[in-house]
Amino acid sequence: MSYMKEFTKGIIKENPNMVTLLGMCPTLAITTMASNALGMGLSTTFVLVCSNIVISLLKKVIPDSVRLPSYIVIIAGFVTFISLVLQSAAPEIYDSLGMFLSLITVNCIILGRAEMFASKNKVLPSILDGLGMGLGFTLSLLLVGSVREILGSGQWFGIQLAPDFLESMTIFILPAGGFFVLGVVIAVVNRLMNLKPREIGCHNCPNAESCHGACSVTPSADKKEGGNT
Amino acid sequence: MSKLKIEPSPHIKSAVSTQKIMLCVILALVPALAASIWIFGIRALLMTVICCTACVLFEWVFEKITKRKNTISDLSAIVTGMLLAFNLPVTLPFYMAVIGCFVAIVIVKQFFGGLGQNFANPAITARIVLMLSFTSYMTSWAEPFYYQKSGEIITTSTPLVSESAPDLLSLLLGTTGGCIGETCAIALIIGGIFLIVTKIISPATPLCFIGTVFVITLITTGDITEATAAILSGGLLLGAIFMATDYVTTPITTPGRIIFGVGCGLITLLIRSFGTMPEGVSYSILLMNILSPLIDRFTVPKAFGAVKQNGGKK
Repeated sequence: MSYMKEFTKGIIKENPNMVTLLGMCPTLAITTMASNALGMGLSTTFVLVCSNIVISLLKKVIPDSVRLPSYIVIIAGFVTFISLVLQSAAPEIYDSLGMFLSLITVNCIILGRAEMFASKNKVLPSILDGLGMGLGFTLSLLLVGSVREILGSGQWFGIQLAPDFLESMTIFILPAGGFFVLGVVIAVVNRLMNLKPREIGCHNCPNAESCHGACSVTPSADKKEGGNT
Repeated sequence: MSKLKIEPSPHIKSAVSTQKIMLCVILALVPALAASIWIFGIRALLMTVICCTACVLFEWVFEKITKRKNTISDLSAIVTGMLLAFNLPVTLPFYMAVIGCFVAIVIVKQFFGGLGQNFANPAITARIVLMLSFTSYMTSWAEPFYYQKSGEIITTSTPLVSESAPDLLSLLLGTTGGCIGETCAIALIIGGIFLIVTKIISPATPLCFIGTVFVITLITTGDITEATAAILSGGLLLGAIFMATDYVTTPITTPGRIIFGVGCGLITLLIRSFGTMPEGVSYSILLMNILSPLIDRFTVPKAFGAVKQNGGKK
């Protein structure tokens, strides 16, 4: 049914991290360890589901002109809640996530789903959408985090995997390794899903002025859907 | 009329091929290899052979998997392997060297489309990846002639960080601590002169690179021995002669090459004097590699016969 589709689309087909490239900042910053990645992913999922519920309930109440500040206030409320909970229940994860926990407030994925989905749909689809997107985000963080932790420190969730005589490659815990692993994972996901590379089109091409469409690239109007934070 | 053949330029083909150029570079590297075997023993040769074999193997396997044209006969993988081995300390475990070869050939070279498409020098990037990954192994240098003494390997520091006054003769001969191929200055200079005489490389980049380091050290320290030691120690000669002259990743015009060389020299000096790392040659070359397309853009020569446009662009 279509409810099932709302849930599953976020996991692979519209994975917020791997396909739409949203939420890159937490992905690169906290994936040095699989446990951090899992903590970050689950916290984001919680905030995403809760904010989706509240925003889809209040969609008729919130005036259109002040919707973004209202969304941010709602999201920030849940972020404060989850950071207080983590601080008391899992202080280790709270410490290692640091300020990135508070930065969930400005995570593109959450605001993106609020704007694109929750403000236009009913409560149940919004919950499923938030769950699916959150799960997709958690899975991709866990994947990147696992690869980086195994290669970079020879451990997985703190369990020693690599034998003593093999040195682990520190570069994978450094930012350079993060960019590299993320790039490779995105490439593999694109390959598995048979995604075609985006056409640049003449309007984005630096040589368009001298080329006049002589190259084989046909003009296309698709705009890159991307973001940061 | 149908017999008239139309083909794009160039119409005069030179006998110089990639294979011949690479063969000359390999020949130019042989003196340094011989010196390193004399200084660091047979393990230096073994390391070089392993790196070359691994590079060629990775290139062959990757091109087989991706069904690309097989390019191992152009010898560029062997040059990469030799240069990478020359940038490693002799005591490095062999599997780490093989990881370096993987980074150089598969990630830096083939991921970007093979020889001619890579934006950074494969050997330099592989060295930096190994440096960041296995820092303690990459910065422990064996004492020269350690293989003649029985017992464990004594490590020594590179001349760049040692406190004692520089000994120019041992720097020239290469009997100091350092990576396999970087210590013997005479052998590297012989290789460089051979490459310049055979017109494989242009002297602009190495001269500007080495000259910048020499002149600025001379000005800041006021001591000619100090300045000579600065250009003879570390990986400066190896980097300037063999890595900063890579065709693919450096500017193509002479003014561009001068900017490239001076930039490399400045960054090297900055890292050597103010950075936490003892050596900055590899980072300086990598940073300037990234700037090469920009340098090329600003140093486009005027086309022959072109008339200056009124008002310029726009």
